[in-house]
Amino acid sequence: MGSKASTLLREEEIEEIKKETGFSHSQITRLYSRFTSLDKGENGTLSREDFQRIPELAINPLGDRIINAFFPEGEDQVNFRGFMRILAHFRPIEDNEKKSVAVSEPLNSRTNKLLFAFRLYDLDRDDKISREELLQVLRMMVGVNISDDQLGSIADRTIQEADTNGDNSISFNEFIKVLEKVDVEQKMSIRFLH
Amino acid sequence: MQRCGRVPLWLLGSVLLIRFTSGISAVDRDVQQTRPDSRPEPPSESTPNQSHADHGHGSSAVGGIPVVTFKWHHVETPYQVALWILVAGLAKLVIEANHHVTNVIPESALLICFGFILGGIIWGADKVQTFKLNPTVFFFYLLPQIILDTGYSMPNKLFFGNMGAILVYAVIGTCWNAASLGLSLWGCHQGGAMGDLDIGLLQYLLFGSLIAAVDPVAVIAVFEQVHVNEVLFILVFGESLLNDGVTVVLFNVFDAFVSLGGARINAVEIIKGIISFFVVAFGGSLLGLVFGLLISLLTKVTQKVKIIEPAFVFVLGYLSYLTAEMLSLSSILSITFCGVSCQKYINANMAESSVSTVRYVMKVFANGSETIIFVFLGISAIDTEIWVWNTGFILLTLFFIFVYRIIGVFFLTWILNRYRLVPVEFIDQVIMSYGGLRGAVAYGLATLLNESKIKEKNLMICTTLLVVYFTVILQGITMKPLVNWLKVKKAAVSELTLIEKLQSKVFDHMLVAIEDISGQIGHNYMRDKWNQFEERWMTRILMKKSVRKSRDCVFKVFHQLNLKDAMSYVAEGERRGSLEFVRNESAFIDFKKKFVDDCSGAMPDITACMSDDYSAMSSMSRIDQVPSVSLEMHEQNMKGVRETEDINTHHLLQQHLYKGRKQHRHRYSRSHFNVNKDENEVQEIFQRTMRNRLESFKSAKMGVSPPKKISKHTKKDQQQKVPNGKSTENGKRYFSGDEDFQFPEGDASGFAASDGSHPFPMTYRAGAGIENPAYIPDLDPMAAEIPPWLAEYDAGPVAPSQRAQLRLPWTPSDLGRLAPLRISTRSNDSFAQADAPAAQQKDDEPPTPSKRDGRNM
Repeated sequence: MGSKASTLLREEEIEEIKKETGFSHSQITRLYSRFTSLDKGENGTLSREDFQRIPELAINPLGDRIINAFFPEGEDQVNFRGFMRILAHFRPIEDNEKKSVAVSEPLNSRTNKLLFAFRLYDLDRDDKISREELLQVLRMMVGVNISDDQLGSIADRTIQEADTNGDNSISFNEFIKVLEKVDVEQKMSIRFLH
Repeated sequence: MQRCGRVPLWLLGSVLLIRFTSGISAVDRDVQQTRPDSRPEPPSESTPNQSHADHGHGSSAVGGIPVVTFKWHHVETPYQVALWILVAGLAKLVIEANHHVTNVIPESALLICFGFILGGIIWGADKVQTFKLNPTVFFFYLLPQIILDTGYSMPNKLFFGNMGAILVYAVIGTCWNAASLGLSLWGCHQGGAMGDLDIGLLQYLLFGSLIAAVDPVAVIAVFEQVHVNEVLFILVFGESLLNDGVTVVLFNVFDAFVSLGGARINAVEIIKGIISFFVVAFGGSLLGLVFGLLISLLTKVTQKVKIIEPAFVFVLGYLSYLTAEMLSLSSILSITFCGVSCQKYINANMAESSVSTVRYVMKVFANGSETIIFVFLGISAIDTEIWVWNTGFILLTLFFIFVYRIIGVFFLTWILNRYRLVPVEFIDQVIMSYGGLRGAVAYGLATLLNESKIKEKNLMICTTLLVVYFTVILQGITMKPLVNWLKVKKAAVSELTLIEKLQSKVFDHMLVAIEDISGQIGHNYMRDKWNQFEERWMTRILMKKSVRKSRDCVFKVFHQLNLKDAMSYVAEGERRGSLEFVRNESAFIDFKKKFVDDCSGAMPDITACMSDDYSAMSSMSRIDQVPSVSLEMHEQNMKGVRETEDINTHHLLQQHLYKGRKQHRHRYSRSHFNVNKDENEVQEIFQRTMRNRLESFKSAKMGVSPPKKISKHTKKDQQQKVPNGKSTENGKRYFSGDEDFQFPEGDASGFAASDGSHPFPMTYRAGAGIENPAYIPDLDPMAAEIPPWLAEYDAGPVAPSQRAQLRLPWTPSDLGRLAPLRISTRSNDSFAQADAPAAQQKDDEPPTPSKRDGRNM
């Protein structure tokens, strides 16, 4: 399977992905084989249904949100490039990357990681997490034992913590600011197998 | 202030020492006669009493029935134990009082030095070392609680997140330290560096294993002061905890080899040794888990015996230690994992007070033991018997320990870093290698050595002690400067915030999802699987149903934050003398944000309607938003101020009365710790008092201050009462100072309508009340009405003033109900009904009083 997958992937494509995402050659081929195994339609793109077939995602409270994050606005297909671009957000930051100042900010920079997290809340893409949007996420995350009123209070309080300009919603800058002390680089990274 | 505090403490310390020295002569005589057996029991402090008392009462005991007898031997052992604990405690007190010293020299080092002094005094008296740390006492009575405490307070998520690294350091690192030290010393011995010593290879390995245990106390103390990053913290902490266990296991294996004798060791025995190492280590851990689960199960059903609930934790924890010891499994690992595995469930199952009891008592035990251990480590030094000097052996041991620790840490980290998401940084590795302090476990094991098998036992003890002193004192002192100098990555001191908690949960779910999508089984995947398993089985079995339901980490943080707010609110109130700060614009600024939080939390619906207004305003004006709901309040502010002032004073009195009553009602009960829960009586009395006052003053109204619970009742009652009052309302009332309360009759006079608030303060100041005849006719209807604050007494002594309520943190549900009430007194009932649905429908019109009034007119 792995060898078959890698034959389907052209070398120059791998190079481009490597440049864009920073994944290594072996990681790209490994993830490509994963991509093709998810791609039941075998048309080189993944649809929402393809993602939804992953059993674990069905029990992940944020599963659907994360699936959505893979799809650019208005599209319902994602190709391998797009797939890799999203995964690249979760690549740990390596030491040499910290020092070298890249021309464009790498996808796994702190800001981009946070932006990805921010977008999970911000459904209407107005660059603000409104109370309603926060409530929706909260509802997904907490058990049914918490009443709506309690949840509302939690949402309000959460917004208050972050909200500095008093518009009763969290902008991306406020989001960055309030998570300043969180080790996002570490908490939003996974080790991709080589 | 601080300086003044120190002086008596120093005095205390010196007095203590003087008492010791003055007791010496007595010790001299006494100890030598009575206890030539060198038990490690407390010393001497009691002896002066004894000798004096002996003289005093000796004569009366002659012939006939002795009125009083002096029975020192009767109480000797427990007395000495108690005194010893006292001495150690006082030592700690003296040391802690000198904060500038402990900032430079770690407490453990100071305690050892204190031990030197004590030991010197004792030795000067007896010329023999009477008190030593004896392994039985150490391993059975001093060590378990320390380990249990560390296990219980282990940050689980961090611990298991770094489990791999910790295990590598603890198991492989310890074995490496033991083996390398033993072999190197043996090599040097063969090379003739130590002269003539009767130590074989196995004995060297045994020595290496006993001294491999890293003691975290001093290092952790420094880490806590400096707040190093959590990875470094957990690596050192976890390692030192587990390697105590590993060391003991290793020690036992080598001890068995030594007993067997070099000649009979073959491949089979070595394999058996290795197997036994793993069986003992894992068996002990498993046993600990079993006991941990037992404790969890037990605490599920102990809510009926809350008062002894905490005891179960200690007893079962201790039993896990003893059971493991009995089965010759690793007792330290057993009690460690017992603590680690039960913490989550018992914290959820037990009552909050029991949990804090467990925490506190554990700290008391652990800290006490630690103190005693270090003092004894110092005292043990003063013993001519053990001081067998062998320059080569001692210096080489020190050198090898230092070097091999560094090599071990760097090598293992190098391997680990290839697999770690976040590599351990170079500086962290330096600190880890430098943090290899040796402690009491090493000494305890050294004293366990069998002299018949190991001829040079004393040399080993001596070396161990020197290593302990050297590492704890020298490395301990230099640790902090080193940490600062190397600029070790510090932990971010973050406040507890909801958004961080929420976000970290989001991160967790996100990582799991990404691992699922990318199709790899990683750390997050495993953790997620474990969490599911735990949720499905462990929690269901081990946790109380009620707790299980209400458990949610985001909500927990919310709850904690609310508690914190409430506490700071009460503290602020007390500091300013009741609710004085209500009057002061600047005072409640502290609460501004919280108020808005709580307020908006309280009435999500209203917030939603007002969100437009909110966004337009600064946070300061947002405060005013709420009062402006009822315009008349603003108009009356000036009058209200004076009134509140008086009522506040009044209130203070009330509070004290109530408290006084409460204090008298403490009853002793062995099995109940409740401070009179049935408040009915108190309430009755209180209510009666209030009614009396009302009758005599006729005024009151403007109840005051609002602890949260109270206001809840207020509103209900107000809502019920309103209809009665409404019938007599008139237009004038609307402008009076007290229209928030339903006092129709009071206003009927017309006089009250114009300057209603003034007479009341007057009557209050008069204290006795009654004097104003103008109001007397009004009294009866008022009393009959029972104004709202009267009905709240079940919740507390204090009736909230409307103005106070406006600016104080609310419980969510309260404000929502209160808001309509404040708007207008005239049509409260109808309005309250009309408003609730209106608000829920997110009515577009802002809830300004004018509109509402208009609607309700």
